[in-house]
Amino acid sequence: MSVHRVEVRPTTDAGDPQGRSVKSTATAAGLGADLDHVDTATVYLLEGDLSDADVQRLAEELLADPVADLVTFGAAAPMASQLIEVHPQPGVMDPAAEAVEAAIEALLDKPVSVRTGRRYDLHGLDAEQADALARRCLSNPLIHQIHDAPHHPDAFEHGHEREIVVNTVTLTTLDDEALTLLSREAHLFLSLDEMHALQAHYREAGREPAEIELETLAQTWSEHCVHKTLKATIDYHGDLPLPIPNIARGDNGAWHIDNLLKRTVAGATYALMADGLDEWCLSVFVDNAGIVAFDDDTAVCFKVETHNHPSALEPYGGAATGIGGCIRDVMGTGLSARPIAATNVFCVAPLGIASVPAGCLHPRRILNQVVAGVRDYGNRMGIPTLNGGVAFDEGYVGNPLVYCGCVGVMPRDRTHGDPQRGDRIIAMGGRTGRDGIHGATFSSAELTDTHADEFSHAVQIGNAMTEKKTLDAILEMRDHVDGCLFSAITDCGAGGFSSAVGEMGEHLGATVQLDRAPLKYIGLTPVEIWISEAQERMVLSVPASNVDAIAAICVDHEVEWCDLGEFGTPGEVLILNHGNTEVGRLSMDFMHNGLPDRVREARWTPPVVVQPDTTIEPDLADTLKALLAHPDIAAKSTIIRQYDHEVQGRTVLKPHAGIHAGPADAAVITPVRGSTRGLAIANGLATGLCSDPYHMVTAAVDECVRNLVCTGADPDRIAILDNYCWPGCDDPERLGSLVRASAGCHDAGMAYRTPFISGKDSLNNQFTTESGETIRIPTTMLISGFGIVDDIRTCVTMDAKASGHVLVLVGETTDAVGGSHLLKVTPDAPGSRALPETDLTRGPATARAVARVIAAGLVYAAHDASEGGVLLAAAEMAFAGGIGLAMDMDAIKGTLASPAVACFSQTASRYLLEVSPDAMDAMDAILDDLPHCVIGTFDDTNRLHSTGLDVPLQDLHDAWANGLGL
Amino acid sequence: MFDMARPKALILTAPGINCDAELCEAFDLAGAEPMPVHINRLTRAPHLLDEAHLIGLPGGFSYGDAIAAGRICAALIRTRIIDGLKGAVARGCPMIAPCNGFQIAVQTGLLPNMDKHEARVALLHNDGGRFVDRWVQVEYPKSLCVWTKGLDAGTDTQLLPIAHGEGRFLPDCDATLHALDKAGQIAVRYAADDDPNGSRGLVAGICDASGMVLGLMPHPERYLHWTQHPTWTATHPGGGVDTDSQPAGLAMFRNAVEHVMAHASCTT
Repeated sequence: MSVHRVEVRPTTDAGDPQGRSVKSTATAAGLGADLDHVDTATVYLLEGDLSDADVQRLAEELLADPVADLVTFGAAAPMASQLIEVHPQPGVMDPAAEAVEAAIEALLDKPVSVRTGRRYDLHGLDAEQADALARRCLSNPLIHQIHDAPHHPDAFEHGHEREIVVNTVTLTTLDDEALTLLSREAHLFLSLDEMHALQAHYREAGREPAEIELETLAQTWSEHCVHKTLKATIDYHGDLPLPIPNIARGDNGAWHIDNLLKRTVAGATYALMADGLDEWCLSVFVDNAGIVAFDDDTAVCFKVETHNHPSALEPYGGAATGIGGCIRDVMGTGLSARPIAATNVFCVAPLGIASVPAGCLHPRRILNQVVAGVRDYGNRMGIPTLNGGVAFDEGYVGNPLVYCGCVGVMPRDRTHGDPQRGDRIIAMGGRTGRDGIHGATFSSAELTDTHADEFSHAVQIGNAMTEKKTLDAILEMRDHVDGCLFSAITDCGAGGFSSAVGEMGEHLGATVQLDRAPLKYIGLTPVEIWISEAQERMVLSVPASNVDAIAAICVDHEVEWCDLGEFGTPGEVLILNHGNTEVGRLSMDFMHNGLPDRVREARWTPPVVVQPDTTIEPDLADTLKALLAHPDIAAKSTIIRQYDHEVQGRTVLKPHAGIHAGPADAAVITPVRGSTRGLAIANGLATGLCSDPYHMVTAAVDECVRNLVCTGADPDRIAILDNYCWPGCDDPERLGSLVRASAGCHDAGMAYRTPFISGKDSLNNQFTTESGETIRIPTTMLISGFGIVDDIRTCVTMDAKASGHVLVLVGETTDAVGGSHLLKVTPDAPGSRALPETDLTRGPATARAVARVIAAGLVYAAHDASEGGVLLAAAEMAFAGGIGLAMDMDAIKGTLASPAVACFSQTASRYLLEVSPDAMDAMDAILDDLPHCVIGTFDDTNRLHSTGLDVPLQDLHDAWANGLGL
Repeated sequence: MFDMARPKALILTAPGINCDAELCEAFDLAGAEPMPVHINRLTRAPHLLDEAHLIGLPGGFSYGDAIAAGRICAALIRTRIIDGLKGAVARGCPMIAPCNGFQIAVQTGLLPNMDKHEARVALLHNDGGRFVDRWVQVEYPKSLCVWTKGLDAGTDTQLLPIAHGEGRFLPDCDATLHALDKAGQIAVRYAADDDPNGSRGLVAGICDASGMVLGLMPHPERYLHWTQHPTWTATHPGGGVDTDSQPAGLAMFRNAVEHVMAHASCTT
């Protein structure tokens, strides 16, 4: 067999937009000065028993377009001073190659192996510049090979069979030092306590653990899988703003919290369910996503996850597999939900920073690649990505945060699965490979400058096509005329088969035949098969009588599947076989209940507020424009437009609002085709307040609720998700900040009556540089929420609608500007440096009153005043609708001394409403004694104007539209 | 022969096709019975095409759009079911192919399928090099197309949603563009100042010589309800509903269904 090489490049008439994209990427990275232009080509390497005529036919019928492409068999002569080719490393997922292989087999009925690559002829560069461009913009050494000449290997590298040996690990005789070393070197990332528990277990069993057993326990006990910090017992020395039930002070004066998550986040949910929300909350905290009722027949579920560490090393693959994994969570909730919306929030370092520490990628590259990863995966899945945000802080330089969320819809009789004794363990979807090994333990460790080398195998490229086919097949099985064909389903996420089978079989036991898993290449060891986190795999528990029907559906949809074994063993043990060899045997009870708890100390010291000696009143117009251009606030259109936010035809309110595309508060979709009932989706993030995570979290919950209410969601039917990203929790101070945040979750959840239904945590986001310096992310809590909209026809957007209407501010502004964007753009502005505190009585009352005003049909536009304050929100409304606005500065100021503070303070719980003057009385009657006042009147000036302020709307829009600089 | 009240609309699905549900909804709202069929099933049961009165090739990323958008799906259709599809068109069965469907249709020869011309066209990477989702201003020139009948009455441009990375229309030569125009096969154009991808001649959609087959980059199946319009909250302030208006997307499907009904009633 030989390898044929085919190059396909666009004709001159067709042009080369991808070549132009390379040029602009190079320019943005500072490498484009000498780059005149770029010619690109796609390279296909075909290995198989192909004649020249076969290759000719493939080129004509498959690989090239007769109108737009030129074909070269072999390699065209170099066209420029430098030539670079980028090919995937052997073993790295190449989705295009997989699709081409299948197509060639269908056309020629011959098996072939295909690899694809990209060729770049770089005009104007020297060798050094070309190499820099290749490394910094065109490839990532973790997944790509770079060649400076056409790559045409004689043969592909293939795996080779390995003898199956059952390795045991010496554990029972180790001292503490050796246990610690084993934990680190075997990438178990378990604490000494936990290693002791393992040691005790195997001493009692009178044997050493098999390697596969130790790996299984490390996965199951990883922070990523079991959330052991949030579930730990904590002695907390510090203040709790409000009492939390079932927490008491111990003799040492500390609050004794047994299971922080249960007492705070989940505690609030269970209390709310006991107080009337139990029929609405259908499944909380137990499944891959939380589920609430949508209508009498339908339920909706929501999951948000992070994929931070993989995205730090390989942002494209990390983000794509992040959204892919989150979608699989929804596919694996209950008896499977149909994914109907996606949301993303990214936190990265400022795009303008000059350099980054060794081992880190530049934030511009990270953001571009993360967006591309989400785009390519989400768009291919056919799931609208319709909500999100980007936040910037230098602390994210080593640990960018990539939050991916997914909403699903399912019939109400499909919300719970239950594996049965005797069910077959069916795996379907992607093949198992060596990629993604140790993802769960890797995510539970701290990043260092050498992680890219050590953990390259944890980095993966996704294949959306495999997941889409798997989704189509699963929904057909779920909605089968004979009833759902499976009794339970889950996704293979962190920990791979080990977690999926381990969780589903917790109460049954399971016998697994590892050699039956379809592999990407030969030569995987049983351990690798068992813990591989290869993407796009689902595990189903299937009654034996339904296996044939499942197989037929898989064949139709071109989805690979296998029968991995059976659920149910005497004594509920997990038995792992490879061929005729038993390679491991574990007690389900020890796996799930053997993790030792220990009491951890946490301490909270309130931040010291430092008031500046002198302050200067800034110019309102300049400050407003600077705020609009701040990358946190500026338009994200260049990102949003790359996502298909309308596929499935459900989108009612899109990410942009108004004729000039302002920033919408929440997206609204119709989960049930033909129904006018809607679902609003939004996020809240208040990282600026991270010096006190309690206030940060209550502000984020308030912001999320405000965003939902502003579009018309019912505040009594909002469910939320917590998502902690912490720098680390290894010392009492940082653990104290985690307690403080959790208390905020509890208090805000109770106050707003918004149950948390699911959550996630990523607690090791610090980066150690070559020189030993630790860079920590700011403590970050994303609150994601969705709420029911009774009738989408009454939805409201944020763009101003008509001249003559008045602008009403609901809520009171305080002079606390600590953590505000005002201080980011004008550090010496007046105002108290204290953090704004969310009023947990008035905030929920205001949300409900505003919802009533909107429901009464009195509101033409509604917008929440958050980042950048009232004036900024008012400006956004005006330019989004193209309607001028006269502001009443005295009304905005109220009793505050500084106009800038009044305009830009970020006090929570404030809403801006556009109301007809005729409707004022009706509105007053509803708002009653809640503070509200008219602060402006829309007019035909096309300007935002007031005392000391007069700016054309176009200038404001331009500042906002161009601020991101991506 | 068939239930006259509900003609059957066959929606071809394939791995990676993802706009099939909204295409089914479009046919349903227009009065047809949607019948989604996977390409692998259709290959085994090609007679299903004979039973169809309307056909939809939906959008999406068929086979991941590996190589180029729609390429693999088109190659498989050419080897498996092209005769059935051509036969359906020959007996007057209207076919719509938005986005990925359009990309597939031009690579299978279903479009432009001109009288007396062996012409080919291509849909290439957007000029901007990126996927783009937005609503664009379009106009409907006078054409043979049964789907856009009546939409060409006014001179105003109208909005339709697009969402694609490879929608730049390129004919094999200028003469083809001219001939398409002359033959009335250009069914949808982008407004001159709102071309999202650099299409030659601002072409957003074309029909075949019979006027039955419409391929277009915009997604009419995403504009069936006025609440899908990007500024519906501004056009209907305070929740006031203009229920008389018919979204342009739905109008296209109603045109095709009406055509089928009229044709059936005069032949039976």
